[in-house]
Amino acid sequence: MNAHLANDIANEIANLSLSRRGFLRGLAAGSFVLATGIGPARAQEAKEAKKYAGEAMSGGLRDDPRIFLTIEDDGTVSLLCHRAEMGQGVRTSWAMVVADELEAELARVVVAQAPGDEARYGNQNTDGSRSMRHHFQALRRIGAAARRMLEEEAAARWNVPVAQVRGERHEVVHAASGRRLGFGALARGAAQRPVPAADALVFKTPAQFRYIGRDGIGLVDNLDITTGKAVYGADARIEGMAYAVVARPPVYGGKLKRYDASRAVRVPGVLQVVVIDPTPIPSAFQPLGGVAVIAENTYAAIKGRSLLDIEWDDGPNAGYDSARYRETLEAAAGQPGKVVRNNGDADAAMARAARRVDATYYIPHLAQAPMEPPTATARVTAELCEVWCSVQAPEAIRSDLSKRFKLPLDKVVVHPLLLGGGFGRKSKPDFASEAAILSRAMNGRPVKLMFTREDDLQNGFLHTVSVERLQAGLDAQGRAQAWLHRTVAPTIQSIFMPGAKQEGAFELAMGAVDMPFAIPDVRVENPAAEAHTRLGWFRSVSNIPHAFAVQSFAAELAAAAGRDPRDYLLELLGPDRVIDPASMSDAWLYGEDPKRYAYDTARLRGVIERVAQEAGWGRSLPPGHGLGIAAHRSFVTYAAVVVEVAVGARGKLTIPRVDIALDCGAVINPDRVRAQLEGAVIQGISLATVGEISFKAGRVEQSNFHNYPVTRIGAAPKQIHTHLVTPTGFDAPLGGVGEPGLPPVAPALANAIFAATGKRIRRLPIGDQLA
Amino acid sequence: MTTFTVNGSAHRHDGDPEMPLLWYLRDLAGLTGTKYGCGAGLCGTCTVLVDGQAARACLLPVGQLGGRAITTIEGLSADGMHPVQVAWRELNVAQCGYCQAGQIMQAAALLAKTPRPSDADIDAAMSGNLCRCGTYPRIRAAILRAAEGAKS
Repeated sequence: MNAHLANDIANEIANLSLSRRGFLRGLAAGSFVLATGIGPARAQEAKEAKKYAGEAMSGGLRDDPRIFLTIEDDGTVSLLCHRAEMGQGVRTSWAMVVADELEAELARVVVAQAPGDEARYGNQNTDGSRSMRHHFQALRRIGAAARRMLEEEAAARWNVPVAQVRGERHEVVHAASGRRLGFGALARGAAQRPVPAADALVFKTPAQFRYIGRDGIGLVDNLDITTGKAVYGADARIEGMAYAVVARPPVYGGKLKRYDASRAVRVPGVLQVVVIDPTPIPSAFQPLGGVAVIAENTYAAIKGRSLLDIEWDDGPNAGYDSARYRETLEAAAGQPGKVVRNNGDADAAMARAARRVDATYYIPHLAQAPMEPPTATARVTAELCEVWCSVQAPEAIRSDLSKRFKLPLDKVVVHPLLLGGGFGRKSKPDFASEAAILSRAMNGRPVKLMFTREDDLQNGFLHTVSVERLQAGLDAQGRAQAWLHRTVAPTIQSIFMPGAKQEGAFELAMGAVDMPFAIPDVRVENPAAEAHTRLGWFRSVSNIPHAFAVQSFAAELAAAAGRDPRDYLLELLGPDRVIDPASMSDAWLYGEDPKRYAYDTARLRGVIERVAQEAGWGRSLPPGHGLGIAAHRSFVTYAAVVVEVAVGARGKLTIPRVDIALDCGAVINPDRVRAQLEGAVIQGISLATVGEISFKAGRVEQSNFHNYPVTRIGAAPKQIHTHLVTPTGFDAPLGGVGEPGLPPVAPALANAIFAATGKRIRRLPIGDQLA
Repeated sequence: MTTFTVNGSAHRHDGDPEMPLLWYLRDLAGLTGTKYGCGAGLCGTCTVLVDGQAARACLLPVGQLGGRAITTIEGLSADGMHPVQVAWRELNVAQCGYCQAGQIMQAAALLAKTPRPSDADIDAAMSGNLCRCGTYPRIRAAILRAAEGAKS
């Protein structure tokens, strides 16, 4: 495992032992001089102070306007976006923030995409609902510092105090004399001025914002997207490039035993067949190996691959069978496991309970299946390696390829293009490595490597599979007094650590140990589970199974107690309080400072009450309809959902309406927050109703959208109502947006089905269980 | 040899007649606005117009296109001002945007035939076009917006 990858994983897993590089950069935000002036004792002290958020990420946070901004003579402002655009709208939202503090006209801001270079730009790993959460204040500093430099330049030219001038709508104005100069006219001089220190910057007040928080701002990429000019990773066209697909081992850990390419090479256009060596498992983010067919066009490559005759040695995971594995997980959930949270004495409380409730939930593997499958184009010569691709983590590619080809980091150039969806899949650089290996095999000819949809589903980094067993003890009044949760799921850590069988802190803290209910006696256990396939991050990650189980179970307890599910959920939550993370054994908080982001149950109550009110909780419904509610905090944001279902004859399920409320702190770009929520609702419905990847004989059984369906327009709710909780200001810490909407969707749906039919869904997907 | 037009320009294909139009467009003609999503006619990402009818480019062998007029997203309008394209921008339909070329072509074909579509018409016409980001509510709204725009 190379240093960068280790660092990246450390950030994901957040057992951060702070690297020296991270430490210096963290301190250096705005001032390298300070960092070099630190004495040994103070440095030691600072080193021991734990860093959080953007400053704890590899590469840290940068806020120097000279790195990110250029202003042309005609006044055009060019903003370099160094995070990946995958549909979350980061390119638009960042332009809004910088333009606002800069006092630029948004229409005169163009957004360019930065190459991979964390030493220059700071952290670029676009993952974990972090981009705006980590960078909002840094973006404000970039805009405000550049405005100040323009103001100073104008004041010097006019020979007036800088306090008498101000940036205003792409000009600097001296009100007393009525003089004004455009940003373009000032840009060259301003660029020569020193960057003001962060503490000397003057920021706008929220009342002065023109773009931040404003609804309905058009996407910077709208015209390109609607006219076919937008360039995604799959659209790179490099002079002289060839096209490749790879036949990979169908079983994780399998190897090539024998192959015959004689028919493949006779396909017109096929250029070469190349064997890619397998990476021993656990293979981290490295290629699986296999046989590549390289051709003059994609069609010939695919046709050639279909004519390969290959025999595989399936290796140790040849017996992986999802039906049997489910039994294994259920058996594990029936036995005590590693205790990962313990408050009071759950066994004793359970023993004295008036009533016990016990339920077991199953959530299968899922594939991210972005509409653009992983694709990368590489050109690798002895001196230079270049990659064009859609990638969430460009620095991971640079670091991998630098090591693989023994090239200095600055000779590995990664050009991130637009992502046709990511959802976690494109944080792994395996496909870029494959493209680079093949270009090297072709003596430096550029090669575009494409995953077909079949490859995407069958050789991916899947969402884990899990069994969640919940038990509760209720008193005579139906109040929960004891809580026992056994979560059993193979861990993502298994792709890095041989034999890893326990969920990591970063998985457990996604809704299992950070369960917020005011129940006196609580134990959470994590029985061991062995992984038999390659796992990875999927949008919302372990929050999906944990929220499905916990929020379904909350409604089951309400039913057992004969109570309204919303009222009961609020009672479980208990009195408003800020929970000490230590009391939940919550050792990981999305890389954030637990003091700034401690669990505030009033905020979860707030979204529950808001969504219930907006959805008309308790309203009378037509026969066969039902309402379900669920709420969940993830990525330090609070979300609640009410789903209305209609279950018709022969169990036909329709979802006429979904309401979702979100409290993510201040809302920077309301239109994109709403879009993320609409998307989260539909992706949540998709995984709850039809999403499943299963294994037989070690192989994925699904191959394309006919047997790995995703929700289509007709099955999507006709009404999705998004409710953004009013921000209290822009100085409070921001929460994530891309992922938190998804986890409560599936349990709210299952709870609505129960309300409509009395049938409790404990296994996803729902599929034909209502028939 | 097969001759046809793409966005009004004459094209000639001398290669394998079985090559799907999708790869001809993307790899040979350099028109990358039409995207790959499944290669099996299951997702609609590669939707183009063939003589005005929506079709999946991944399933159409170029050899069968003699004399046909193909329209891709690049040729839907000269200036991006087709009512569907305008509505898509006004409502910020796109998230990642990758499937939207196919969605727009399918919607344009729908409105050409059914200028004032019902919800059921939209479901029927658009059900072959997948969006993993979940932009369906805005797709529906944008089709209705485009229908109004074209009417007025």
